[in-house]
Amino acid sequence: MPEYTLRIRRYTPETGEAAHWDDFMIDLDGHRSVLDGILQARDRQDGTIGIRCSCRAAICGSCGVRINGSPALACHTHLDKAAEVAGDEPITVEPMGNMPVLKDLIVDMDAVHWKKIQRVTPWLLPEADPPEREYVVPPESMIDVTQSMACIQCGACVSDCLSMEVDPEFIGPAALAKAYRFVGDPRDGEHFERLKDLAEDPHGIYDCTHCFNCIEACPKGVAPMSQIMRLRRAAGTEHEINDRNNGHRHERAFVSLVRDYGLLYEAELLPRSYGGDSWFGKFHPAAGMELASSLPSIVKALQRGKVTPMKALKGHKLGKDDLQAVQRIYEHAEGDAYELNLYVVGYEDEEEPPGDGDAQADAAGSHLPEERSPNR
Amino acid sequence: MKVAYWPGCVSRGFTPELHGSMAKVAPLLDIELVELDRAACCGAGVIAEHNQELADALNARTFALAQMELERGAELMMNICSTCQGAQSECQERLDANSEYREHVNETLSAEGLRYEKGLSNKHFLWLMVEEIGLDAVRAKVKRPLTDLRVGPFYGCYIVRPSDRLGIDRAHPRDTYLHQLITALGGTVVDYAGQYKCCGFPIITMNKEASLKQAGRHLGDAVDAEADCLVTPCPLCHLNLDLQQPVAERIVGRQLDMPVLHLPQLVGLALGLSPKELGMNKHVVRPTSVIDWSTSVVASVAA
Repeated sequence: MPEYTLRIRRYTPETGEAAHWDDFMIDLDGHRSVLDGILQARDRQDGTIGIRCSCRAAICGSCGVRINGSPALACHTHLDKAAEVAGDEPITVEPMGNMPVLKDLIVDMDAVHWKKIQRVTPWLLPEADPPEREYVVPPESMIDVTQSMACIQCGACVSDCLSMEVDPEFIGPAALAKAYRFVGDPRDGEHFERLKDLAEDPHGIYDCTHCFNCIEACPKGVAPMSQIMRLRRAAGTEHEINDRNNGHRHERAFVSLVRDYGLLYEAELLPRSYGGDSWFGKFHPAAGMELASSLPSIVKALQRGKVTPMKALKGHKLGKDDLQAVQRIYEHAEGDAYELNLYVVGYEDEEEPPGDGDAQADAAGSHLPEERSPNR
Repeated sequence: MKVAYWPGCVSRGFTPELHGSMAKVAPLLDIELVELDRAACCGAGVIAEHNQELADALNARTFALAQMELERGAELMMNICSTCQGAQSECQERLDANSEYREHVNETLSAEGLRYEKGLSNKHFLWLMVEEIGLDAVRAKVKRPLTDLRVGPFYGCYIVRPSDRLGIDRAHPRDTYLHQLITALGGTVVDYAGQYKCCGFPIITMNKEASLKQAGRHLGDAVDAEADCLVTPCPLCHLNLDLQQPVAERIVGRQLDMPVLHLPQLVGLALGLSPKELGMNKHVVRPTSVIDWSTSVVASVAA
């Protein structure tokens, strides 16, 4: 039987002692999970190892930990794979981040994760009284939320959220993905109210720093960051919510500057993000205040010749023909945009085993006539 | 080697020293840059946030223009901006994965007589140095090894995550290339907590405090790890780490003075170019430690 060494981070806050690492030799086949390894160490060597687990089949979401520094489900990580990543070192197992440790590998999900889930009103708010029997909605109208419905609430994305690391009040990836589950649900009657709330909150949808950590962390392919981008699209473009965080203004300014110049004109983007999407945006008091607070950087940038006044006043621009081509693309795409979701349709390519890509597409909507599915 | 070169917007806007230093370094590495000067902004994720198809179509146009250069002898498309690389990889993933969608986007491009064919090779300058030129060849061209220069890598999010989209695997450990390159140039790699974290730039207009707390914290970690400078393959990270450093200092309440170099600047330094030729005088944080090093006995002995 192959042997592996697990290096487990131990910590019991009540004792007042500092956290430390303990090594445990385990003997299990490489295809067994890291969770099996932890449980063997607990059974045979140290009954005080704290780990939370239940289903052992990657569906209950209890055993989220960090393995070799990356968030994962302990039951869903093979020992041989973990050892390969660890190289010559032992496999390290530590509690998830951004949440207080209760004991060893157990973190306080109530204090952070569940509180944030509650923050987004995680239940259906129908417009009128519920129908006597079930709701009847067109099946394709639910496809859009299948990805966020795949969440098992393990907290892996919360663990590695870099915005939450500096702003603990950030609503965060798991809760915002949950919010999209209702914003994208045709039965819910409060889409606008939900979006308004999440857009105006300084720790809401516009506090996500786009770092992709949650996409990398999620063991279920939920891609929370993509759901946050969908919330922004719904709030800004569909519901035209002009939030106090400059989120929508920034997006508008970016999109129209690229339409007008073909390239990004940064010196114009900043004032417009604060003051509004027009040439006059820079004269808005909010733009002025921002300018004042950025003075230390602006003065230095001018001193060093990084930015010249000439360049700040006149943005770089594509040639006439190319700019026209870009604007034609805008006209095409701004009409009825086609939003391809690879989670739903899968990948059509040669490398995958035959049928694999199709299977995913089938699960999501094979019963739909092609013309009715947005992802066909 | 000839490449279809996409400099991006920021390298021609607020970080002109990046575009400039790339132009200086390219001939030393036998890279011929054919600039894609007809292409539009990649959207940096913001256009995709507004309208995914719009971002995909704009980038498909860039890819089609690059493929025209490939027909004229360029070997692949090259980026010098992590954000462009990541945003374009995301669009390319969708375009390559679904032929119906690709046709739909190509229909939009057809008005201009352009067409994108699946499977463009689009690499960041960092990847190109390791995978196409090879670190041994780079090492052979080093004139002034970065002996005793302590360099902290700052990768930026878009070039390391999500790892499957960016082609990071055992055979291509692209999340270690900066480390490998610094070593190949003769420098000392400084590992610190923030090397794979986010600079905070995308929320600078939305939550400036949270944005610069991120930049300030990583810079502080690098100071504590006794780095002489950081190097980044992303000009947007450079904006938050360098241009905004004076404001970040106020927000995290400590003095930082951490110079941040663009990737081609670090390479150029080892290939014998002077800090000034590489535009280091244009940085907000004076790269004093780097300039001191370049004029020190260690560097001159090596040269």
